[in-house]
Amino acid sequence: MNRFYLPLLILFLVGGLFWVGLSLNPGLVPSPLIGKPAPAFDLPLLGDAEQRFTAEDLKGRVTMVHVWATWCVSCRAEHPVLMNFARRNLVPVIGFNYRDERDAAVNWLRTLGDPYERTLFDSSGQAGIDWGVYGTPETFIVDRNGIIRYKHVGPLSEEIIESHLVPLLVRLAEEGI
Amino acid sequence: MKRLILLACLSFWSVMTLAVDPEGLADPQQDARYREMLTEIRCVVCQNQTLADSNAPLAVDLREQIRGQIEAGATDEEIVSYLTDRYGDFVLYRPPFNAVTALLWLSPLVLLLLAGLIGWRAMSRPDVVVPEMDSAERDRVSALLRKGKGA
Repeated sequence: MNRFYLPLLILFLVGGLFWVGLSLNPGLVPSPLIGKPAPAFDLPLLGDAEQRFTAEDLKGRVTMVHVWATWCVSCRAEHPVLMNFARRNLVPVIGFNYRDERDAAVNWLRTLGDPYERTLFDSSGQAGIDWGVYGTPETFIVDRNGIIRYKHVGPLSEEIIESHLVPLLVRLAEEGI
Repeated sequence: MKRLILLACLSFWSVMTLAVDPEGLADPQQDARYREMLTEIRCVVCQNQTLADSNAPLAVDLREQIRGQIEAGATDEEIVSYLTDRYGDFVLYRPPFNAVTALLWLSPLVLLLLAGLIGWRAMSRPDVVVPEMDSAERDRVSALLRKGKGA
């Protein structure tokens, strides 16, 4: 009997590991920034290079920081979803234009619509490195104390918004007085 | 044949050296540290390549970053923590041993022990003993064999 059960046991064990292992997304890099203060930055605005925006300016309210670029193909695919989300006015969306050309980015927002309250312009990508950006589009939720509470890598979908973003935003709204 | 094999080996070797960032540091000691470090850091965009192999824009930026920090006199530990603060232990090809990576580090050992145990059990199992035949059985066998030959 033992001869029979042992291989079966091993089969199920290995099968179980594969089941879990293959359902994980190997491309997902867990961010060490979750639960930590948003990394400091001091960036000009896309529309007005004279105006600057720093990590301090994020504090005082819950914000969504969305990293995008005109060279990013999945950002274009995601854009309508983001436009719909912004229309619901659940949270101010701060654009974070990453390693891009100013003209191209301005033109993108003019033709595809501008879901952002304002857009930061990180042409060198240095602030992006500090935020651990590696695959645009990326979405961060920053709470009113300036702590990063959530990060999503890759395009947002209606499903992710409903199952992750909205519940978190509701929770954060309840947390703050 | 030997020459062919040698040629093949050498050509792979040259490809690998070419893949390393051609730029470097003027100071040979710093340059060696820089090159060593590039092979230890994963490019988070193209995840099975090191920073040395990758030409993704982020890899180029991070190489520049590391080069700058080495020139500014940062220690290897400082540079590694700069990277792990941003991208997590994932950027290291040799992740540190902690609660999350325990399974990763220990599983080869566990598997080796398990294989050793199974092997040891298989080897120490007593050999199958074939019982001797008595004379009556031997007669029956030879009778059967004779019958088979005759048919």
